[in-house]
Amino acid sequence: MQWETVIGLEIHTQLATKSKIFSGASTEFGKAPNTQACAVDLGLPGVLPVLNREAVAMAVKFGTAIQAALGRRSVFARKNYFYPDLPKGYQISQYELPIVGLGQVEIVLDDGTVKTIGVTRAHLEEDAGKSLHEDYHGMTGIDLNRAGTPLLEIVSEPDMRSAKDAVAYAKKIHQIVRYLGISDGNMQEGSFRMDANISVRPQGQEKFGTRAELKNLNSFRFLEKAIHFEVERQIDRIESGGEVVQETRLYDAHKDETRSMRTKEEANDYRYFPDPDLLPVEIDDAFIADATADMPELPDAKRHRFVEQYGLSELDAAQLTASRALAGYFETAADKAGEPKLAANWVTGDLAGALNKDGLEITESPISADQLGGLILRIKDNTISGKIAKQVFEAIWNGEGDADQVIEAKGLKQITDTGAIEKIVDEVIADNPEQVENYRNAEEKKKGKMLGFFVGQIMKASKGKANPQQVNELLKQKLG
Amino acid sequence: MPLDKADVEKIAHLARLAVSEEALEGVAGDLSNILDLVEQMGAADTSGVEPMAHPLHMAQRLRPDAVTETDLRDRFQSIAPQTEDGLYLVPRVVE
Repeated sequence: MQWETVIGLEIHTQLATKSKIFSGASTEFGKAPNTQACAVDLGLPGVLPVLNREAVAMAVKFGTAIQAALGRRSVFARKNYFYPDLPKGYQISQYELPIVGLGQVEIVLDDGTVKTIGVTRAHLEEDAGKSLHEDYHGMTGIDLNRAGTPLLEIVSEPDMRSAKDAVAYAKKIHQIVRYLGISDGNMQEGSFRMDANISVRPQGQEKFGTRAELKNLNSFRFLEKAIHFEVERQIDRIESGGEVVQETRLYDAHKDETRSMRTKEEANDYRYFPDPDLLPVEIDDAFIADATADMPELPDAKRHRFVEQYGLSELDAAQLTASRALAGYFETAADKAGEPKLAANWVTGDLAGALNKDGLEITESPISADQLGGLILRIKDNTISGKIAKQVFEAIWNGEGDADQVIEAKGLKQITDTGAIEKIVDEVIADNPEQVENYRNAEEKKKGKMLGFFVGQIMKASKGKANPQQVNELLKQKLG
Repeated sequence: MPLDKADVEKIAHLARLAVSEEALEGVAGDLSNILDLVEQMGAADTSGVEPMAHPLHMAQRLRPDAVTETDLRDRFQSIAPQTEDGLYLVPRVVE
């Protein structure tokens, strides 16, 4: 039987506010345990939550970016459950009336087709603390620094049909929140966490199958692998006569499998009710105008502009607009060199490779956009060949100055003086009489390939500095 | 709306309250009586009345995003039953 996969994602993204959603404690990551957990975060008696304006503004920004209907009046509710990292015994969240309503994003699939994924809603809520299960004499250690950190939970429609769809969607949301500057999206630090609802159904069937929820996937790679595993598991189960149970499962990256969390049924009985400590949140046109006044150019708009303005391919444009920092880097380099396509090749090629090798972000690049632009400028004006440029690139990377300084210091300037090149060509021909003989006797169609030997020798003799076009022309002339 | 013993057991578990077997019957009766009392409000005509999220006709005040709290960990932890390395220690939670 042919099976169809149905996936919906819930993404928890940490908002980049300075203080917590309901208290004035700092949200800074990595501080000593419990030094940023104040009376409100600890749920001590007599405290009252007061909502952070910036968190609301960030949610409004996101809602606007995905063309969603904004909840002009949204209500905070208590989600009740007991866990030691949740001091109040409830999480303040939004339930019936979220701040962001139905919206949508577009994803571009590998074959270039564009697919629209619905975003059901996004709501504001507070994060819980962290439980440390290492050995504290058989006890659990609780760090509440994270408790009360603002989260935007973004819930998609069940519009995805494969792991690839899900990854493309998750990456798109990640890209949007980072462009908007409302989250750092740092996955290692837990700023972007994904849950996937997965089910399968026979191809053509309208009714959804029973779903399983995969919790806390913190990388795109794990998301993809976890979905693959889970889909196989569900199909195997059904095909061998069993059924899928609605449950929460955890993905184990080491074993590459999902397994059931032993959660009791009633764990899902959260008994939501409006939080009496918080009044309904009302946002008016002025608030929205203010929150969205400094919205940056969004990824899709930028991608389209790169194609139009710089004549880049869709693929290059998509790659270069992955983040605002990368797009900005490219634009600076391209504008300096006046060679957008060449700049695109360098940024997505050598630069991306070198950054990747050293595990660096574009913002940490040892070569500035200006320096790369300067290097490309020297390729463009024929001061150096593309091959020598790689050598110059490496030198700049190692902090030996910018392109002009490196070219000067290492004497890498391309030899374009015909006389000088001719001298080398003559030497190489004189040194290799046998090859010259073979070349002259060879069939015409084989000559092109054989010419390569001579070009190689000449480039070697000139330490790569001879202008390749001139070398080729001279060789053909002289070999006849 | 009468509650039976099973309902009370479930609610007690969700609230992490220990209700002894002997007390279940009585608690079920008491809770049912309270619900019956509330049920009387069902007689009121609420068509055209918007659901209320809060008795005050006001909107939530927003505060500026600024860090105003200082580190008072030592004072908070002085009333905690057990702490170590700055962490609050609780009975082991196994997932």
